[in-house]
Amino acid sequence: MSTKTVTEASAVTLAGVSKVYGRGPAAVQALDQVSLSVAPGEFTCLIGASGCGKSTMLSLVAGLDKPTAGDIAVSGRVAMMFQEPALFPWLTAGANVELALRARGVGRAERRQRTGELLDIVQLGGFGTKRPHELSGGMRQRVALARALAQDADVLLMDEPFGALDAMTRDVLHDELDRITGERNLTVLFVTHNVREAVRLGDRVVVLSSRPGRVLEEFEVGIPRPRRIDSPPVAELASRITDRLREEMSRHGE
Amino acid sequence: MASNDGLPSSQGTWVADGAAPAGTALAGLDALDLAGRPGGGRGRLALRVWNAFWPKVLAIGLVLVIWELITLSGFKKNIWPGTGPTLANLWDQAKTGTLWNALANTLESAVIGFAVAIVVGCLIGALVSRIYVLRAAVGSLITGLQTMPSIAWVPFAALLFGNNNSAILFLIILGAAPSIANGLITGVDYTSPLLLKAGQMMGLRRLSLWRHLIMPASLPVFVAGLKQGWAFGWRSLMAGELIVLVFNHPTLGELLNNDQSLSDLQSATAIIVVIFIIGIFVDGLFGLADTSIRKRWGLVEIA
Repeated sequence: MSTKTVTEASAVTLAGVSKVYGRGPAAVQALDQVSLSVAPGEFTCLIGASGCGKSTMLSLVAGLDKPTAGDIAVSGRVAMMFQEPALFPWLTAGANVELALRARGVGRAERRQRTGELLDIVQLGGFGTKRPHELSGGMRQRVALARALAQDADVLLMDEPFGALDAMTRDVLHDELDRITGERNLTVLFVTHNVREAVRLGDRVVVLSSRPGRVLEEFEVGIPRPRRIDSPPVAELASRITDRLREEMSRHGE
Repeated sequence: MASNDGLPSSQGTWVADGAAPAGTALAGLDALDLAGRPGGGRGRLALRVWNAFWPKVLAIGLVLVIWELITLSGFKKNIWPGTGPTLANLWDQAKTGTLWNALANTLESAVIGFAVAIVVGCLIGALVSRIYVLRAAVGSLITGLQTMPSIAWVPFAALLFGNNNSAILFLIILGAAPSIANGLITGVDYTSPLLLKAGQMMGLRRLSLWRHLIMPASLPVFVAGLKQGWAFGWRSLMAGELIVLVFNHPTLGELLNNDQSLSDLQSATAIIVVIFIIGIFVDGLFGLADTSIRKRWGLVEIA
């Protein structure tokens, strides 16, 4: 993997990225010639049926895995959130956030203050001393968000972070995420299989094909914020995207 | 609290006109989510200790009852050590001080041997779990050592070190270290890949990854390894003391050996009672450690 010079205009660039798992006849092509450019501060949602390699894409951007071919360029620090909160169960909520600061070399006094601020941002000011198992699923995911923010990243990768939450909690967390990414001008790559969620959150929705994963079509959302997941414009665009996805899925059924 | 006039509030973004601010809705959701959950009360220490130990007290009571029943049944009537006389014998030995002296020596060996075994076990465990070649080569050796009956090492230790305490310490370390090493290796192996990914994204590398993620993540399995290591070490210690008699260094094993020479079944039984009680006591300590870890991790319902 070679790193290209990053142009001012893009925070994340994928150029002709392919990823093959395994070798020989058992090899699986997860991604095929994917090119994508994400502008700084842009919220991009990746959507597709199973096997479209959306999680693979995030792992590659995160640097947890290497592409088989193509170039990936990221400007700035990258943080990642998973479907599970992945909090350390032996630490309190506050200590989980603080550890991310510590890993960056933030001094002790500043760590304490910043931890408090970050928990306030995700509206968990009074819960710093709780352990993860004492919090609800939504609260744990917000601690995970605070931990990701503690990494002071420019690019936030989110792999179905709200997938395991109930609809009501998810709805409120959408509002929170909207506010936080807007305030901090974060570049977000958000993987989901929920079309409405993608339209509710994204500046752009990228639809991927399955086996192998390719960019099928991109939709500019352009609906003014604040948005609601059940508002007519969101529903209308979501059904257009769903139609496109169905078309792609039926191709596999033939 | 934000007013409901349609302006963005500092509490959170408006969901839409007329709806409650997200921040307020969130606080309400949190309150609902946490309602009805146990409040995380830790309980008083005395109560926790009592909770851990009353089943042991019950177990001892049960043993006494069975013992007395056998006595009453008249089994081997002429030589069987009765419950009352044996406990009286134990009391006599406790009064004369030989028992305490032996107990102190035995426990001293146990503590020193176990401490060294922890260091050795951790060192081997850490190396084996980090270095692939070592794992392939040494991994099965460790298990082989673990399953080896410790008494088989007694002549080896006695001949190598002579009849002194080093031989006994050697036996404890050989008994305990493999289990401790295996506990650490298994604990490291079972560190969740998701947590490892999260740690990697956070920027934890090498030493800091070990210190802040792998070590604490493997703690529960490691403690189980410690417990098993103690059990093996304690057995090795008894085997060693029974056979390796160190001059002017009375031990529980030596007392047992004397009892056998003098055909003093009552005294031998009294010593067994002491060994049994120590076993139960130490098991209780490990149980406390295990429970407190599981509580921290949220693996038990807090009563």
